[in-house]
Amino acid sequence: MNETLKLTDANWSKAISRKEKGFTITLWLVAISVIILVMAAFLTLLVQSIPSIKANGFSFIYGRMWNPITGEFGALPFLAGTLLTSFLALLIATPFSIAVALFLGEYYKKGMMSQLLKNMIDLLAAIPSVIYGFWGLFVLIPIVRKLQIALDIPPYGVGIFSASVILSIMIMPYAISLSRQVIQMMPSDLKEAAYALGATRFEVIRKVIFPHVLSGLFAGILLALGRALGETMAVTMLVGNTNALPDSIFAPGNTMASVIANEFTEATGAVYSAALVEIGLLLFVVVAIINLVGKRIIKHLAYT
Amino acid sequence: MKIRNILMVASTLLLLVSCGNNSSQSETEQTPAPKANTLIGAGATFPYPLYSKMFDEYSKQEGVRVNYQSVGSGAGIKQLQNKIVDFGASDAPMSDEELKNSPAPIIHIPTALGAVVITYNLPDNPTLKFTPEVLSGVFLGEIKKWNDPKIAQLNPGVKLPATPISVIHRSDGSGTTFIFSDYLAKVSRGWETAVGRGKSLNWPTGLGAKGNEGVSGFIKQTPGSIGYVELAYAFQNKMPMATLQNQSGNFVAPTLTATSAAANTDDMPADLRVSITNTPAADGYPLCSFTYVLLYQKQAYNNRSPEQAKRVVDLIDWMLHDGQQFNEALEYGKLPERVEKKATDILKTVTYNNELLLK
Repeated sequence: MNETLKLTDANWSKAISRKEKGFTITLWLVAISVIILVMAAFLTLLVQSIPSIKANGFSFIYGRMWNPITGEFGALPFLAGTLLTSFLALLIATPFSIAVALFLGEYYKKGMMSQLLKNMIDLLAAIPSVIYGFWGLFVLIPIVRKLQIALDIPPYGVGIFSASVILSIMIMPYAISLSRQVIQMMPSDLKEAAYALGATRFEVIRKVIFPHVLSGLFAGILLALGRALGETMAVTMLVGNTNALPDSIFAPGNTMASVIANEFTEATGAVYSAALVEIGLLLFVVVAIINLVGKRIIKHLAYT
Repeated sequence: MKIRNILMVASTLLLLVSCGNNSSQSETEQTPAPKANTLIGAGATFPYPLYSKMFDEYSKQEGVRVNYQSVGSGAGIKQLQNKIVDFGASDAPMSDEELKNSPAPIIHIPTALGAVVITYNLPDNPTLKFTPEVLSGVFLGEIKKWNDPKIAQLNPGVKLPATPISVIHRSDGSGTTFIFSDYLAKVSRGWETAVGRGKSLNWPTGLGAKGNEGVSGFIKQTPGSIGYVELAYAFQNKMPMATLQNQSGNFVAPTLTATSAAANTDDMPADLRVSITNTPAADGYPLCSFTYVLLYQKQAYNNRSPEQAKRVVDLIDWMLHDGQQFNEALEYGKLPERVEKKATDILKTVTYNNELLLK
């Protein structure tokens, strides 16, 4: 009796450990395949851009001339365009996102209004970017043009500024949803302690909530920035597609993602196609650097 | 445990690498499985509406189905070079270098003519006249205002506003841009040295918009703008169109007749790989070009059957003759008789194992 029990016990634990192992192996495989995918994407970009790297060298990064006819490829205008539109969009989106996140995470956690607002924000994230582009073309551009006429600058309508405004709307849902979660998850005993000491609501937000959730807010902003850097369709429709360094935020420009989308289908010649792939590589590296720096900042904020 | 993990990583890597190898191998060795009575073509987007009409009619008449993918001229040429289509299609003729990089001789058969028109947004949209000098001046950014004396002199009686000219061009690589820049490079030394000809340019001025619809959308929205779109697109959207001075000094409006006339010249080369912009024809519109289908001169490649080879040649022969009736209804220029004959002569050189396919 005792022996049989032992046997089944052993069998049972064997079965468990087999299942356990199977599960672990599956997890390992999935985790490794993600790493391999990223490495493979990077290597593909690197290998495919070799003809351009050989032909252009470092002038690819600081060159201002993009001329497929003479074979001169400098990506600085696109690099500048991508960074300008993305950071400008972030500048516009951040105050709005934090305000909405506070509204949803601290002031009105439940109720009709907050549910409606949450659904609307989710909807914003789900709208295809070509629709944002259309909206920008037909609604935003005429408004920007009027503004430009009032400011006495060439009324192009399209340009870095218009692209940034659309981008800021597109990235807001990403920043909001993460910020809202960290604000909501803030332990209430800290807040209650502050209230007990006689702090007003604004003081609690400023002196208790913000310092506590700062790293979370920053993570949300970083997520939004990643989205802005890679956005293609809406930006192409609104940025003006001028391959020159923009001299003001109203000037037309071009971004890395949009020049690839525009020129890749009809790019003939080995160096030309490779140069477009190298823009992709540059974008990959830029996103990686921004992410690394961002992670460091988040870590730093979390410690203090 | 650690060693096992490492082994696992290694084996996964191996597995993935081997997968990659297999797939790339099968891609290069793959031959298109020729279904009975089906032809595959790929290339230019510009003639797509015409080709769909032609192929639809052809399948009704001859029972041969043609699957045409409008992936762009560049991609069409690449697919033909990789031998995964029966024929390619391109707006611009292949360059000598592209032909040299192809695995076997490729011939060009024109099927239709296209034209590019200059369109603009001005009060009341008058029909403007342009000489080559003024046109290149505007697109080089040297002529900056609509009431510039150079424009006013050409257009007496037209009220030109004192507003700045905004140039709108294509942002995507495009055959339309190629035709436009090819013309300006022929007529303007300044354009040839500063910009040159190509599907994507280093534009000295202006804004880029994607596609014909993007350019025309921008022009409709922006008072004082000027740009270029395909003739068919401008006709269908009833856009204002400029009259251009051709090589003989005549001002010619963009019409289908003037487009066909541009190709009706004495000096057509035997292989028809030619740019016909700035035509010497007296009644020809100067901003025109052929659009071509491309195929291998020797059809016995990749284990193709002689039936499949015959099918391609028959189709293209039909496009050259019976198919031409559809051109003008769809706003494409018809091939002049001389060109039709020359193209037929080229098509007659196509062989299968040294046997002529078209008699």
